[in-house]
Amino acid sequence: MNIKKPTRRGFLIAGGLAGGGLLLGYAWSGPSRLSLQDKEAAQSEGERFVTTWLKLSPDNVLTVYVPHSDMGQGVITALAMMAAEEMEADWTLVRAEQAPAEQAFANESLSQNFTDGIAIPSILTGINNAAWYGVAKLMHLQVTGGSSSVRWTGQHGMRVAGAAAKDLMIRAAARRWNVDPSQCVARLSHVHHDASGKSATFAELATDASGLSPLSNPVLKSPKDYTIVGKPIPRFDIPSKVDGSAKYGIDVHLPGMLYAAIKFVPVFGAEVVSYNEAEILKRPGVKKLVRLPVGVAVIANNFWRAKEAAAALELKIDAKGNDKRTTASIYAQHDKDIAAGDSAKDVEIGDAEAAMKGAAKLVEATYRVPYLAHACMEPMNCTVWIKADGKAEVWVGTQDALGTRGRIADVAGLSFDDVTLHPMPLGGGFGRRIPVRKGFADFPSDIDFAALIAKEVDAPVKLVYTREDDIQHDAYRPAVTSVFKVALDAQGQPVAWRNRYVTKDDPAEAAHIPYAVANQSIRSVESPTPVPRGPWRSVAHSQHTFFTESFTDELAHEAGKDPFEYRRALLKDKPRHLAVLELAAAKAGWGTPLPKGHARGIAIQEAFKTIVAEVAEVSVSHTGELKVHRVVAAVDCGRMINPNTVEQQVESGIIFGLTAALRGEITIENGAVAQSNFPDYEMLHMSDMPSIEVHVIESGAELGGMGEPATPPIAAAVSNAVFAATGKRIRELPLKKHDLTPLSAKLAQAAE
Amino acid sequence: MSVTVKVNGVSHTLDVELEMPLLWVLRDELGLTGTKFGCGVASCGACTVHVDGEAVRSCVTPVVSVENREIVTIEGLAEASGAKAALAPIQAAWIAEQVPQCGYCQSGMLMAVSALLKEKPKPTDAEIDEAITNVCRCGTYPRVRAAIHSLSNA
Repeated sequence: MNIKKPTRRGFLIAGGLAGGGLLLGYAWSGPSRLSLQDKEAAQSEGERFVTTWLKLSPDNVLTVYVPHSDMGQGVITALAMMAAEEMEADWTLVRAEQAPAEQAFANESLSQNFTDGIAIPSILTGINNAAWYGVAKLMHLQVTGGSSSVRWTGQHGMRVAGAAAKDLMIRAAARRWNVDPSQCVARLSHVHHDASGKSATFAELATDASGLSPLSNPVLKSPKDYTIVGKPIPRFDIPSKVDGSAKYGIDVHLPGMLYAAIKFVPVFGAEVVSYNEAEILKRPGVKKLVRLPVGVAVIANNFWRAKEAAAALELKIDAKGNDKRTTASIYAQHDKDIAAGDSAKDVEIGDAEAAMKGAAKLVEATYRVPYLAHACMEPMNCTVWIKADGKAEVWVGTQDALGTRGRIADVAGLSFDDVTLHPMPLGGGFGRRIPVRKGFADFPSDIDFAALIAKEVDAPVKLVYTREDDIQHDAYRPAVTSVFKVALDAQGQPVAWRNRYVTKDDPAEAAHIPYAVANQSIRSVESPTPVPRGPWRSVAHSQHTFFTESFTDELAHEAGKDPFEYRRALLKDKPRHLAVLELAAAKAGWGTPLPKGHARGIAIQEAFKTIVAEVAEVSVSHTGELKVHRVVAAVDCGRMINPNTVEQQVESGIIFGLTAALRGEITIENGAVAQSNFPDYEMLHMSDMPSIEVHVIESGAELGGMGEPATPPIAAAVSNAVFAATGKRIRELPLKKHDLTPLSAKLAQAAE
Repeated sequence: MSVTVKVNGVSHTLDVELEMPLLWVLRDELGLTGTKFGCGVASCGACTVHVDGEAVRSCVTPVVSVENREIVTIEGLAEASGAKAALAPIQAAWIAEQVPQCGYCQSGMLMAVSALLKEKPKPTDAEIDEAITNVCRCGTYPRVRAAIHSLSNA
């Protein structure tokens, strides 16, 4: 794909062609850099940008601007580590901040690959098909998703920027001292010339360095020389999160600020006909009501007053025929659409249909997962101030600061340049806070509503969702149905793998299998509903890993083989997968005796270039109570940047996936979401926690993501363990739906 | 109506509805945003504060019910704990164990755990499970437990 862009944007892309050098070429001479330097970052006299992403202050403090959101994954610290490592900075002099929502901080490595048409991060697939979001806006992307921060921005941006900055420092020093650069070394934020004993701080050299041309392709350090990367360095953001001082979007407070709450039409696709406006306007503190596409907003002088007034609103609605829909009707629609056979090709290898004809055994099963809400702990919120002069300011925690800025501009009818967005830390993201995504443009969201509400008053307005709004008006992980038909040969080995599922989602490879099966036919069917959908931690992997890894377990049992050994044989040509699988099994003591009633299950998946295998140990009591005791995870993410945050993300990913596997279920009744808050959309608590062990292989392979890959395997690992314990195969989540009472206990009860 | 609340040692007289939950008085009227809104139905614990030393979920606590009682929020935890440093020991333990991820639930988590530790300085796992019912979506539970035990063993 070759796109002509206006000069400035074109320059960004052109600068990006030589590997990571894109950042430097842009950083040194792009006009945006000058405005950025003036406006956003040069806060005191004498500060100077070394590259777009690095700033040296006169006190030799290096500030790394990270163009990603931190929603708990530690990325601000990890990316700063990568830049500081290459620059040879003294870590005690390193600070990091989230970059402002300026084009200079667009995810250029993402955009570069976009335009090259290769390896598009899954989370972004489809954006270039969204009609409202033209190609010209690609440079507005500032996405945090697809587990991409470290492996894209860090690897192709931060490391190169740091190395180029170090090279500039060395050349500036060599010129000043009139020596050969090869005789100078950078150490701990200084350049030294050991022969003469001369040394200078980076800050002292910054002015000279800024007059030099940066290398577009500097030499990167060998991992064996790392002194920062690979160390469990404490995160920058944690101190402010233990004393209450961290300010999230919901904490924004501005003079004269108003608050808004929404009474939603519960049924997706329904519209408001009328409402009791006069009565609501009489309530204390209420300023104004605003009709929205999905309900009515109340603006008041305190959020509680706005929320109470919204609750008192009585809406007359026109359901437009959408109030008959249920989860059962959606599943029936899936089955009908899959049976109709109008499928799109995903994988076609060999001839699966032909191979089935002579097979020794056919195994068939239908799997399903329900809709899921994200339930970020910080309810959705967005503060927008549209001023009389047509300029707007926005305060919001978002996974795409530039995309959100563009969206607000579009909805409010303003130009992109007239909107200033202040990115705030996120109280959870998990895919919920990306306003620009496939399928999303069809469903207006909190960001849109905040802009529409703010247009109606001459003051900053903070829109806050209640937890009920958040659960009932999310962009849901879609409900998915997946139908398998697999042929086994006489030895129980799969010779043909057929899979039909709704609906194709990102990433494209989520439904693919790592196993050596000669004939494969994997195809998807579209089955649209008006239920809003969006990415949910690990996106399509969260569904398909449950399907494929549970079904592979079925095949192992059909073949009369141990599920671990069965997978091993099918992965014999995949050494990294094999190593991860074997490590998880070994650390979990696969095959060793367990207490009575306990059993293990195993599952593996590669997601976002990281391979994770998990072994779950569960027990099922004679009353059918399921307990997950222990989860052992083995991970190959290539290399760890910060082992502390890698371990955090594996724990986090497992618990997020386990919560969904055991309890997560959004159901549709009368066209609306039936659940409303934590009492009926249940979360795991301290008391539900298994012990979690994390074992990492640093294979040196290409860097993989860490925010998501631990989530996919857990549902299958637990379900497979449940089968091992009870003989009951779980083909539909969540597990709480199933009566796991062992047959023997039921018979005993019946006998009594 | 006028209500007087004493928060982190300071008294405030406010003109608010008597039934307004303490959470919104703290956040919107007093600007103490360390206390978080999570569910509004006392389910998740993000809004936990201390009232006369006990952990209370402020989202369902009418402000009139805590008039003239000693309210401590996350912003006042260090001082209320008698710590000479800027952080209470529990906050230092949270940093040492690198507990928070997104951090949004952690104010409430810290307030709930500090109330537990006042009553039971060395809680068992079962006592922790029973007392700490706060919700954390990032899954910091294993580290919360480790941090509690690090304090118990200190």
